[in-house]
Amino acid sequence: MIEARKLTKRYGEKTAVDGLDFVVKPGSVTGFLGPNGAGKSTTMRMVVGLDAPTSGTVTVNGRRYARHRAPLQEVGALLEAKSVHPGRSAHQHLRALALTHGIPRRRVDEVVELAGLGSVAHKRAGAFSLGMGQRLGIAAALLGDPETVMLDEPVNGLDPEGVLWVRNLLTSLAAEGRTVFVSSHLMSEVALVAEHLIVVGRGRLLADTTVADLVREAGGGTVKVATADPARLRDLLAGPDVEITGRAGSEELRVTGLTAREIGLRAAEHGIALFELTSREVSLEQAFMDLTRESVEYQGGGAGGGAGTDIAAGAGVGPVAGAEQQDQATTAGRTV
Amino acid sequence: MSTLATTDNGTGADPGPGAGTSPTRAARPDYRVTGRRVLASEWAKLWSLRSTWITLTLGLLFLVAFGVIAAIRYKALAGSPRIGGDFAASTAVSLSLFGANFAQLALGVLGVLITAGEYSTGTIRSTMTAVPRRLPVLWSKAAVYGVVALVVGLVGAFVAFLIGGGLLAGTPAALGLGHAGVLRSLLGAGLYLGLVGVVGIALGALLRSVAGAVAVLIAALMLIPGLATLLPTSWQDNVTPYLPSNAGHAMFALTQDPTTLSPLTGLLVFVGWTVLVLAGAGYRMVRSDV
Repeated sequence: MIEARKLTKRYGEKTAVDGLDFVVKPGSVTGFLGPNGAGKSTTMRMVVGLDAPTSGTVTVNGRRYARHRAPLQEVGALLEAKSVHPGRSAHQHLRALALTHGIPRRRVDEVVELAGLGSVAHKRAGAFSLGMGQRLGIAAALLGDPETVMLDEPVNGLDPEGVLWVRNLLTSLAAEGRTVFVSSHLMSEVALVAEHLIVVGRGRLLADTTVADLVREAGGGTVKVATADPARLRDLLAGPDVEITGRAGSEELRVTGLTAREIGLRAAEHGIALFELTSREVSLEQAFMDLTRESVEYQGGGAGGGAGTDIAAGAGVGPVAGAEQQDQATTAGRTV
Repeated sequence: MSTLATTDNGTGADPGPGAGTSPTRAARPDYRVTGRRVLASEWAKLWSLRSTWITLTLGLLFLVAFGVIAAIRYKALAGSPRIGGDFAASTAVSLSLFGANFAQLALGVLGVLITAGEYSTGTIRSTMTAVPRRLPVLWSKAAVYGVVALVVGLVGAFVAFLIGGGLLAGTPAALGLGHAGVLRSLLGAGLYLGLVGVVGIALGALLRSVAGAVAVLIAALMLIPGLATLLPTSWQDNVTPYLPSNAGHAMFALTQDPTTLSPLTGLLVFVGWTVLVLAGAGYRMVRSDV
């Protein structure tokens, strides 16, 4: 459990984290999202006491991190920057950390194996690839068998197999009842594992929500119908949970609360011709970009929508946006 | 699927006060950060780096080799008219401790590497996450490395004296281990080098930069005494003896002249300098972000 109250960090004139209030609960994965420079890493550094808040507090399992008798048993953290001496082996690095807490050597060997570092555990960490360094960081985070696991951009530098490993690890840690807090600037990555989302931009809280809610709020689940007789179709589809909008004189209707399949069947029953039946899937990526557009620190050149953000192709969450339109469309027949 | 539950502490089923709430995992082991454990960790960290072995060997080598070379040189010149004034007044102690000036660099720089090196490599983030109270890390590093530098300094001083002193037998400089002040000088040299190690640790933690801390270390130990000669004479007598290097050298000088401190005062003054830098390092460590 991580609780931040009015958490603020200023570096001179610049406010990196601005009055953040959030709670990360145990038992599920919470994604921490925001564009580069949104204050995610600073927030995480404050959780483990590396940075002192300018004002406000952040507690872990009810106490400030430094107040715990065995901090590594409360929070296991992987921070963004490298934190291993290149001259030490993975085993030596973990062993030195373990010694501060009286964690047995057996546990060091366990996390080395768990992170898949068995074959390189006695090699100098300076020779590690980015991915191996990341695995070592995760091994260090898990060393104390922590109640809360906090990982800053854990899949950076990992190969596909490593990415899958991290995903499974996060899910299983949460299933064991742990608090899992994982940051990313890629919505697509987070959406695969996270249930809850905390979105920040320029140090401010933009959303504290769930993945499902975010999609709904962003206008997902709408179906676009083009028909010869919109007025009649509108009457046919009307219902308590159904919302239908459409311009007068247009063939198009936008329907929420019904699936494309239901609409298609009902139209067929009554012999109404349909020209188009499109379920509009808002990708999480798009929802995220809409949410953070105002607060993207480093805009790419040109003022077009989506500038300066990465659109992860093949992200697994809906299709990737077409160039000319914001609402990405798939045909109803396509199963997403 | 259990990823972590394999750590069983084997101390029974009683979950400690901080025990987790999840029913799927066994009782949590009773880990705890203690001063002794931080010491053990710093000890392990010190010896797991190659630079430690190299630099300590170098320090020992400087101390012994330069002492022996100085003794050989003296022996070659002894009795000849070409011998200079200062050199002529040498004793077996001053000759065999000739290498202390060089050994202090090696030992001081290693001290800097131990702390400032953690900042430059980022290791400090791991260290401070494991020990978020921070100060135990500084004390442990100072204690562990101070003792190691002390031992290296003592071993080096005694070995240099035994070899150098043996070579000098029969010359005017010859002194036995039992001669008044010899043992004190050798112990003083070891103690001085141990404290230089601690100063290195403290400077590294204070400045967080290897280059910066090494520069300050060299300035304090080797350059400032030279610059002090630029001061007005009346100041020189009052200030110069208390400079770190001069106070330190008084710790292992066999004979004192009126312009230097007594060995005990020298020790106290040098300890004072060490404590000062260490306090500054502690202050910065607690107050500023990692």
